[in-house]
Amino acid sequence: MIEIDPSPPAGAVADSNCTILAFCCNFCAYAAADLAGARRMQYPANVRIVHVPCTGKVEVEHFLAALERGIDGILVAGCLEGGCHFVEGNLRAKRRVEATMQTLDEIGLGRERLRMVNLSASEAPTFVARIQEMVETVTRLGPNPLRASADREESPK
Amino acid sequence: MIVASRKPISEIKQVLARHDKVLFVGCGTCVTVCLAGGEREVGIMSYAMRMARRLDGRPIEIEQVTIERQCENEFIQELAPAAERNAAILSFGCGAGVQAIAERFPEKPVYAALDTQFLGILEEQAVWTEKCLGCGSCVLSDFGGICPITRCAKRLLNGPCGGSTEERCEVSPDRPCAWQLIYRRLKAIGQLENLERIVPPKDWRTSWHAGARRVVREEHRI
Repeated sequence: MIEIDPSPPAGAVADSNCTILAFCCNFCAYAAADLAGARRMQYPANVRIVHVPCTGKVEVEHFLAALERGIDGILVAGCLEGGCHFVEGNLRAKRRVEATMQTLDEIGLGRERLRMVNLSASEAPTFVARIQEMVETVTRLGPNPLRASADREESPK
Repeated sequence: MIVASRKPISEIKQVLARHDKVLFVGCGTCVTVCLAGGEREVGIMSYAMRMARRLDGRPIEIEQVTIERQCENEFIQELAPAAERNAAILSFGCGAGVQAIAERFPEKPVYAALDTQFLGILEEQAVWTEKCLGCGSCVLSDFGGICPITRCAKRLLNGPCGGSTEERCEVSPDRPCAWQLIYRRLKAIGQLENLERIVPPKDWRTSWHAGARRVVREEHRI
């Protein structure tokens, strides 16, 4: 299981105090983020990028674990539909994201803290725009209410 | 295989409302295969329940264990130390599993996390269909291996009813007409003459209607 520190990155000038986790597919969003960097494009420093081989590799447990630990919002960035390197990984991710959104509604955290977007490797401006939108959404929602009570350690298995 | 589905989070939250330390028990057999009550589903529900309770300001401590089979005492025994440590048990087993655990730990509240549905098979990834009602008196040999009791919505033994359209059941068009399937199958195996026989009313005494059934095989008892 991934270990996530929900506190904002050290030394970063963040637009707000929120922390966004972005699961970025190797074949599109990660390359788009790389391109955004190479082009010196500015985007909020609140985002922590998790490099994944395909969004189809991300499971429901990853979303829930991150939110339980106090992450304020999660962006899942996969390839354009029909363009997945593994044929349908992004479509599977889409279904998992939808199922998790339903769960987040049920537990009272709200579905807006999780979002899936699709883009291609050349779309650096789109990547930056989606990150900004997510930061805006999370800033509007306020901090993850679980962060305040995150002092309590997860129960041992 | 027994097929079950998870209850809504709100329902589970409600039954666990009075407890602060709960043991979540998964089952490694049927409900793992039908993606409802295995180790992963127990983990996901634990995340959800911990978050829901923290949002309510009443954190819950959850211990997770998944045993091979909840319907056998031999495996349930492994739970004894964990059951001792917790105030209640949430079972992710089928109805049989929940009851087996409740019998084994008479002093402990035991709750069901799943709705047990039917005996069925995996049709395709994440799709299950009902195939057997467990009526206690199998008629499959007469009908080419297709059960009219389970798969015909009207449970006809002398079908078809005449209401099917394009080989689909009139009760629900997403279901094939069982009698169409039976006809095709009997034709393929050269046993169409089975359909000329009038099948007498089924003896339902072997079914559930007189309460829970019991099977004893004397030759294997010790």
